[in-house]
Amino acid sequence: MSRADIPLPQPRGMAQTQRTDTWWLQPLAVFSGFMAFIVYSTWAALQGEHFFLSAGGANYLSPFYSPQLFNVPGQPPTGHAWFGDPPSWLLSLWPSFIPFSPALLILWAPGGFRFTCYYYRGAYYKAFWADPPSCAVGEPGFRGKKYRGEAKFPLIIQNIHRYFLYLAIAFIFVLSYDAIIAYKFAAADGGWTFGIGIGSLILTINPILLGGYTLGCHSLRHLIGGRKDCLGAGGAQRTAYDCVSCLNRKHMVWAWLSLFWVGFTDFYVRMCSMGYFTDVRLL
Amino acid sequence: MAGQTKNTSSTGASDRAPRTFRVWRGDGQGGKFHDYSTEVGEGMVVLDAIHQIQAESAPDLACRWNCKAGKCGSCSAEINGQPRLMCMTRMDQLPPEGPVTVEPMRAFPAIRDLVTDVSHNFRAKKSIKKFSPRKPDAPDGTWRMQQADVDRVQEFRKCIECFLCQDVCHVLRDHHKHEEFVGPRLFVYTAALEMHPLDTENRLGDLKNKHGLGYCNITKCCTKVCPEHITITDNSIIPLKERVVDEFYDPLTRLFRIFKPAK
Repeated sequence: MSRADIPLPQPRGMAQTQRTDTWWLQPLAVFSGFMAFIVYSTWAALQGEHFFLSAGGANYLSPFYSPQLFNVPGQPPTGHAWFGDPPSWLLSLWPSFIPFSPALLILWAPGGFRFTCYYYRGAYYKAFWADPPSCAVGEPGFRGKKYRGEAKFPLIIQNIHRYFLYLAIAFIFVLSYDAIIAYKFAAADGGWTFGIGIGSLILTINPILLGGYTLGCHSLRHLIGGRKDCLGAGGAQRTAYDCVSCLNRKHMVWAWLSLFWVGFTDFYVRMCSMGYFTDVRLL
Repeated sequence: MAGQTKNTSSTGASDRAPRTFRVWRGDGQGGKFHDYSTEVGEGMVVLDAIHQIQAESAPDLACRWNCKAGKCGSCSAEINGQPRLMCMTRMDQLPPEGPVTVEPMRAFPAIRDLVTDVSHNFRAKKSIKKFSPRKPDAPDGTWRMQQADVDRVQEFRKCIECFLCQDVCHVLRDHHKHEEFVGPRLFVYTAALEMHPLDTENRLGDLKNKHGLGYCNITKCCTKVCPEHITITDNSIIPLKERVVDEFYDPLTRLFRIFKPAK
């Protein structure tokens, strides 16, 4: 029997709920965590200096600046720049009020990956846009029936996520290379020697955490096997799908750990480069 | 034996304490919360308390229930603002202080008191293309499937249709998109069909155009409230979204599909 004539309950207003728990705590923590990262990473990316540590023979490159596409004019070369000095057309296009920073040329890729990530989407829709503020909590009334979700522009663009995934996988290789050469220290005779510094360990943990996050991506899970109904048992594709699914189950944890650590790695390199920290050689 | 009975009885009696329940009373035209006091004891669930209130002070209080074991999905309600099964919410899971609020699900029209009209879900279910198996694998009309492939969709078949996921979904609850959005329960149902190793039907066009998959913004509230612990968002909604991306948004997979036979 249809009861279509009975009206639906009136939606509750912003933040109205019968919930008695501290429902606001999680979105507040997410908002604070994301804002702290956004503010710090933006500031760090705009500096254009102190992203490389060579003191004490170290070879640490901040992940915010890796891959480093070009040297920074007026600064000594780090030896990491893929294409040497920036071309004149790039310098002429660069806004005069922002110092030249290689980070700004590459951070859109990992930033886009995180911005379109399924976990982050759900988290920032709640924490930043109150859509909804939390489960079973009223949201701003202005959206009402005009709600578009991810079905229409602009959020339909979130479907680009898998293309950012391809770039993010490439970044893991680059950051793994940076971690390996963080064990390569300049020797007194002008050559290179194997060594371990605190920074080497910090730079090693970074691609491990980023790998745990990136390889647990929902899009990768789909592409590697989820798109099929029949994967069979025991084959390479089934094993890969199971491994990605295993990481995917803790995607939120990997997302936060890797986010924190990539920021901390830049902070460590920056503080050492600015002379506030001294990198301790363990070996 | 007698001593044991007496001991059990006295323990039960001493544990009972009065508790206030703030129960929503009304219908589709409106209503309000009424306070009822009843004694609650060890092992009681909210549904027990509601039945006690019916017996003691509100015989006309309407509530839907059946199995009292968390398997029929009838006694869905909002307890202290959280969508939950009344029969599976133990009193000792709730804060010891303050009244316990019990109200009907807010994503559906209220018929009376705690009873809502959930017929939207059944109408929406009819709009989903039915299971369409491939030709049998063996001459005796049977099929062969890998257990690992069946396990994937088995999770979705645990659904008891309590509709708590529909209730907590803000697309239905706050935006009232009932005509354009079938809701998480029916995405789980669609995923069980769409990912079934024998199924040959294509529901992706309907998911995008008729069933409003794009309205889901992945709050994961549906997963949090599921009493069967089905990983609704990660295992059904997001994989369906990815299949829709394959079909409609990703130029590369659309290109590859030209060279691939249809399902």
